[in-house]
Amino acid sequence: MKDVKVLGPGCKRCDAAVQMVHDAAARLGIAVQVEKVTDYAAIAGYGIASTPGLVVDGKVVHAGGLPKAEDVSRWLAA
Amino acid sequence: MAADGGQPPSEGMSTTDLDSGPDRRRAGLWFAGTGAALAAWGFAYAWLVPFSEWAAGLLPLEPGSHAHEAVKFFIYDTPKVLLLLTLVVFAMGVVRSFFSPERTRALLAGRREGIGNVAAAGLGVVTPFCSCSAVPLFIGFVSAGVPLGVTFSFLIAAPMVNEIALGLLFALLGWKVALTYLAFGLGIAIVAGWVIGRLKLEPWLEDWVRNVRAGALDLPEGAVTPLDRLKAGLEAVKDIVGRVWMWIIAGIAAGAFIHGYVPSDLLASIMGKDAWWSVPAAVLLGIPMYSNAAGIIPVVEALLGKGAALGTVLAFMMSVIALSLPEMIILRKVLSLKLIAVFVAVVGLGILAVGFLFNLLFV
Repeated sequence: MKDVKVLGPGCKRCDAAVQMVHDAAARLGIAVQVEKVTDYAAIAGYGIASTPGLVVDGKVVHAGGLPKAEDVSRWLAA
Repeated sequence: MAADGGQPPSEGMSTTDLDSGPDRRRAGLWFAGTGAALAAWGFAYAWLVPFSEWAAGLLPLEPGSHAHEAVKFFIYDTPKVLLLLTLVVFAMGVVRSFFSPERTRALLAGRREGIGNVAAAGLGVVTPFCSCSAVPLFIGFVSAGVPLGVTFSFLIAAPMVNEIALGLLFALLGWKVALTYLAFGLGIAIVAGWVIGRLKLEPWLEDWVRNVRAGALDLPEGAVTPLDRLKAGLEAVKDIVGRVWMWIIAGIAAGAFIHGYVPSDLLASIMGKDAWWSVPAAVLLGIPMYSNAAGIIPVVEALLGKGAALGTVLAFMMSVIALSLPEMIILRKVLSLKLIAVFVAVVGLGILAVGFLFNLLFV
């Protein structure tokens, strides 16, 4: 089970990033638990300065804009 | 902190890893396609004037009439603005792929004020920034040790001096106005940020903001190939032009109306050089108004054509873009009302000074 957090105040891109994670997980057959983190203090605590950010198993792997689909697959498979 | 301005060594090496056959062919196709698109762009741009004259001639309107003037303005300006905007947004999209807010923050953290304000304003122009990210960015900067005034220099420059404003000014009013706008926009961001820093307003941040301790960030930097940068440019075109084209058409329609129907002497008496009070009035009027550069610049062009003074019109435009109510409402989450008031006052005064200065300098 991969634990994924999507960091973002709830903009359109944040929702798109959540969808990307679900899509990639379904394609790879990996079970994921996705959580949206919208609290500003919590987001800042991860040390990023741009959203959406992506945290996989507690490690920040991406910040700012939509990630590339192949990168999302790579992070989930790792 | 991984990104202290230096390129991670992986970036240079991994491009060669991707030089295998199919990937290389795919990249070649992308570059060839972009080249063809640029050639088509040049062709369309060269034929703009004959096309618009031909199209305006098809309409059953009397040449020289109000309606004819307005329609001609609209038919010529719309494709021209969209073409030039597309090119500028593409170029800026490629440039911005070299920057990220995280890298910019690393460059600015612990920087002294003064030089820090200058660097922040300059980086504000090239760092990708979306207003929905304003709050995370603000907290991210302040909690990582970027001084408050330096953070403000960034936050003022980023929306005010953006590729849409510069591209449209360049397209409609020429490179001189565009460059002057760039210089004065940066000037306001630098000075206003510096002043806010001098005032030592850190206690006026919302309490929880001062208590945020940013975790150390060690972002794995992926390999960025030239093809990725090209795609970033195309993505920017799709995103930005797709978002603002309606604003542009609305703005050009408003401009066309002014161009065709509003009498020159009326505007010149209200917004001309001799009406000194028009500059503060323009700034005040611009604060509650919210538009982006795309909607406001075609209006600016039409106003100028009718004898409005450049300083007055630019002050109006800067006020509309840089001091927007929605952004202040977003920033209210991290700034106290007092701090927002100071921010508006300092930036407003800067814009006022620019307006008067322009009217003095440009006859």
